Amino acid sequence: MIKVDSLTKKYGGFTAVDDVCFTARPGRVTGFLGPNGAGKSTTMRIMVGLTPATSGIAEVSGRRFADLPNPGLEVGVLLDASAQHAGRTGREILTIAARTMGLSTRRVDEMLERVSLTPEESGRRVRNYSLGMRQRLGIATALLGEPEVLILDEPANGLDPAGIRWMRDLLRGYADQGGTVLLSSHLLHEIEVIADDLVVIGQGRIVAQGTKAELLASAGTLVRTSDVPTLARALVDADLDFVESAATAGADALRVEADPELVGQVAQRAGVALAELRAADGAGLEEMFLELTAETQREGAAA
Amino acid sequence: MTATTVETLEPEAVRAARPAPTRIPMSRIMGVELRKSFDTRSGFWLMASIGILAVIATSATILFAPDDELTYESFATAIGFPMAVLLPIIAALSVTSEWSQRTGLTSFTLVPHRGRVIVAKLGVTIGVGVVSMLVAAAIGALGNVVGTAITGTDTVWNVSVAELAYIILASVLGMLVGFTLGVLMRSSAAAVVGYFVYGFALPPLSMMLAASQDWWDRLQPWVDFYYAQGSLYEGQVSGTEWAHLGVAGLIWLVVPLTIGLWSVLRSEVK
Repeated sequence: MIKVDSLTKKYGGFTAVDDVCFTARPGRVTGFLGPNGAGKSTTMRIMVGLTPATSGIAEVSGRRFADLPNPGLEVGVLLDASAQHAGRTGREILTIAARTMGLSTRRVDEMLERVSLTPEESGRRVRNYSLGMRQRLGIATALLGEPEVLILDEPANGLDPAGIRWMRDLLRGYADQGGTVLLSSHLLHEIEVIADDLVVIGQGRIVAQGTKAELLASAGTLVRTSDVPTLARALVDADLDFVESAATAGADALRVEADPELVGQVAQRAGVALAELRAADGAGLEEMFLELTAETQREGAAA
Repeated sequence: MTATTVETLEPEAVRAARPAPTRIPMSRIMGVELRKSFDTRSGFWLMASIGILAVIATSATILFAPDDELTYESFATAIGFPMAVLLPIIAALSVTSEWSQRTGLTSFTLVPHRGRVIVAKLGVTIGVGVVSMLVAAAIGALGNVVGTAITGTDTVWNVSVAELAYIILASVLGMLVGFTLGVLMRSSAAAVVGYFVYGFALPPLSMMLAASQDWWDRLQPWVDFYYAQGSLYEGQVSGTEWAHLGVAGLIWLVVPLTIGLWSVLRSEVK
């Protein structure tokens, strides 16, 4: 269980994290989603005590991180897989962590096997590791103390498709056994496939949160037609809210805040032929995310 | 939110029940820190170079010192110089590598009280310093025996145990300056440069100033830590000289280390 309450972090006049509140529950994978620079990493660093908060509380397993007597046994943390001494071997990095936690070195071998690092690979120095291998090593470090809570910042970065699949299964299994998993990503689709709950952050503020089902269900209907203006007029007359679909910038598709059946009836009465009519699963989330991203990324200008 | 339904289901435990975790003992943190100073190639060779340089300095003394100067003091002096350079650098790097190699991200999440990690490093640093000096002294003693056997002269042991203890103390104080600079700067390059400025650039400047300015001549033993340590190498330390060491140590170690620790505890580890 992770609880974040009214968390704020200011750097001078800049507010990196702005009154963030959310809870990551046991037995669930919570996706922490936001564009680059939205405040995900800062929030996670505050949770584990690496960055002091300006105000607000972050609790893991009911306690402040600094109050955990042996945090490695309760919280698995992976913030940056590259933050390791380049001159240490993978096995040595795990051994140091295991010793700090007071675990036997047998656990090191178990973890190396769990993340599929061969003895030859674990004997190599980390400077020669690919990003994917570093991520596996980081996951091994996080899992070492059999913690109940995992806090992972962009763990899929650098993994190949098979690795991403492996990570997904591993985290799923972890949550299914009652663990709390919080993982961040800037990729909606990556997080959509694994998360049960979503917390969406943009420019330091939470813009949406809830179960994945809730957030996807609220998306309404996607309707596609070659005669957008007529359909738009009919929708206005029927008192239905709609927006231009971000995917095509409204050229031939609209997203309507109503169920598909009602939209179909409106279209029929207006005599508009439809090319497509379906529940916009996740399209609302995607559009919200695109908007968020557009505000903070250069690509936004061209979109 | 309607996510409450899942909470009523009692999730199976991630693992079997186990006793509540206990606080990580200081001895374990020190053990890990000691291991961390040896387990990289650079760390290993830095440590090994203590022995290697002691052997080189001893060999050079046997080869180049005049026969009548082949005494234990000559060996001790020859070995002392590389130690004075090496040990403070080892001390500084033990701290700065957490930042320059970014290992602090792991170290300070596994032990969230940074003060404990720094104190453990301090303990390990002092231990490494004392052991290194004893090893160096033993290598020097061996050189003294072997050297005089080669030349056929008498083996002279003109360094007392008390004198040796003072020299070790001086080396540890030098290490602590390096350590303090490491905590204060948190950057390997800055700390090493800082130590060279302290150990090699400031002393001659201070001597020059003392020669020409009367007020500095009187103040120097109290504020020039390097100068104050001179008495430790002379084998006898008077009460006033201990006071000099205490006051200068306060200025050069206690105050900056306190400021450094305060800033380490408050800083952001990235």
